[in-house]
Amino acid sequence: MSVTLVIDQAEKQFDIYPALRGVSFTVEPGELMALLGPSGSGKTTLLRAIAGLEQLDHGRVLFDDVDTRRLSLRERRIGFVFQSYALFKNMNVFENIAFGLRARPRAKRPAEADIRRRVGDLLDLVQLAGLEKRFPAQLSGGQRQRVALARALAIEPSVLLLDEPFGALDAKVRKDLRSWLRELHGRTGHTTVFVTHDQEEALELADRVAILNLGAIEQIGSPDAVYDQPESAFVCEFLGETNKLPVHIAGGQAFFEDMPVFRSNGQNHLGPASLYVRPQHIKLVDNGPLSLQGVVAHIRRNGAIRRLEVAVKGYARRLELDLASAVAPAVGERVAMKITAGHIF
Amino acid sequence: MSLVASEVRWRKPSILPGFGLAFGLTLSVMCLIVLIPLAALVIKAASAGPADILAIATSPRTLAALRLSFGAAFIAAIVNAAFGLLIAWILVRYRFPGRRLIDAAVDLPFALPTAVAGIALSAIYAPNGWVGSIAEAHGFKIAYTPTGVLVALIFIGLPFVVRSVQPVLEESEVDIEEAAALLGASRLRTIFRVILPAVAPALLTGFVLAFARAIGEYGSVIFIAGNIPMISEIAPLLIVIRLEQFDYAGAAVVGMLMLLAAFLLIFLINLLQAWSRKRLGDV
Repeated sequence: MSVTLVIDQAEKQFDIYPALRGVSFTVEPGELMALLGPSGSGKTTLLRAIAGLEQLDHGRVLFDDVDTRRLSLRERRIGFVFQSYALFKNMNVFENIAFGLRARPRAKRPAEADIRRRVGDLLDLVQLAGLEKRFPAQLSGGQRQRVALARALAIEPSVLLLDEPFGALDAKVRKDLRSWLRELHGRTGHTTVFVTHDQEEALELADRVAILNLGAIEQIGSPDAVYDQPESAFVCEFLGETNKLPVHIAGGQAFFEDMPVFRSNGQNHLGPASLYVRPQHIKLVDNGPLSLQGVVAHIRRNGAIRRLEVAVKGYARRLELDLASAVAPAVGERVAMKITAGHIF
Repeated sequence: MSLVASEVRWRKPSILPGFGLAFGLTLSVMCLIVLIPLAALVIKAASAGPADILAIATSPRTLAALRLSFGAAFIAAIVNAAFGLLIAWILVRYRFPGRRLIDAAVDLPFALPTAVAGIALSAIYAPNGWVGSIAEAHGFKIAYTPTGVLVALIFIGLPFVVRSVQPVLEESEVDIEEAAALLGASRLRTIFRVILPAVAPALLTGFVLAFARAIGEYGSVIFIAGNIPMISEIAPLLIVIRLEQFDYAGAAVVGMLMLLAAFLLIFLINLLQAWSRKRLGDV
């Protein structure tokens, strides 16, 4: 049922700017892959190219070993969920979901009873049983989203593509639908690619995340890999929060304001560079080697943790760090900090 | 007994100020411009007495004129619905040189004095005109027959359909069509099952407008119709003829019949439309 999706050197030029610049990756059968990137990074163009709604200038999209350029839209069997849902307003929920089955050529069209059964199963799957007579205008955003998904699943797609699936929903519904989609994917097991600009969504939902920037892939890997081992300055800054310290690398150490602050073991660099440190990777210490001096400027509550903003001489912005212990220094107090982990680019 | 308690609250409190003023003004204008003249028409017609009213209403000439007016208006509105939709579709979906020009030309029947339109149409469709002569050669006669009436009514009704359908087509998302294609629908299926039903309420609006306009049309028709009693004489012309004969009550009776029939038809179509709009939500 599920296919291996291969994108091979995809290139696409729009009028003035390149939307895709040689993108290649493989999605394994049954894998849930997120395309994450800022707006204009080419992620939606890539998704539309996989669907066949956009023609690539160069490169191929393969389903298993079949070049999709030889397939019509119908033969591709793509389940596509649009950001706007694109439901048929003149049809009720049942007819929306049944559309793909009824649209089959007469010879392959299931019997009316089979259509009813299949749509009923899908309504159960997306937890909308009892709403089949409603029209899209009479549904909430989250319900419309699930109708769109059921409609896409009805054609037994070889690949499921979701464009910003939760983009138009409020925060609470997003969270509910996210875990529900994860569970649904576990049950149905379609090869799935979804586009999002919400990193939390991508990291929580996907088996692997592809981070796009300016039409090229910056990094591709498991959520843990892209978060803990970013391969570029862009990924570092894009994913999560981070402090960016201007440093000078010499002798395996990073110097900030001529003071050694971090041992850059294994990361080959010389001369000026940027040291990226996440707030949770700065500890308050008593004075010692590799410590940074600063003055507490502000303390904020940030959900479960407390966030310290520390003014550091020679750093235009404030160094942010998460406070691990319950004991907090006062505002205006001098503190010493130690960087426990960081990335140098 | 308290008077306040029995007071009927016929309007809900609203934070928008000026309801009284706005409503009063609206009602006054409606009365002065629409209701009082129409009431006067009914009173005038009633002055004829029931027997005369029945006689005028059932006279073959009146019936023939009404049949032509409503029948031709109906057919013209249907033709306009079809061609207006096509024109709107082309204007919205395709980019071609001269598109803006055609877009602007659609409004011409609005702006043109109807007499000018009538003279222009009869010049072309008369047996010695460009199109009329060709039709004549094939044994058709367009001008000075009911067909001529139809041509004039199609001409004046066209912009209504185009202008009501155009914005809806422009708004309809390309997403919807892409979704249908990805679900395996053929182009025809997409058009007839997805696009057209979404346009239907707007198309119906355009149809009503074109129909209503065509029922009352006078200026352009009388030049091309030939105005042969019982054959190509429209009801508005019959009214004018009665007026010229100082038969004011007779004119008012025909007028009232037109008013009644038109109101009924348009009311019914509006009900149909309200129903279809409700189903589609915010179209």
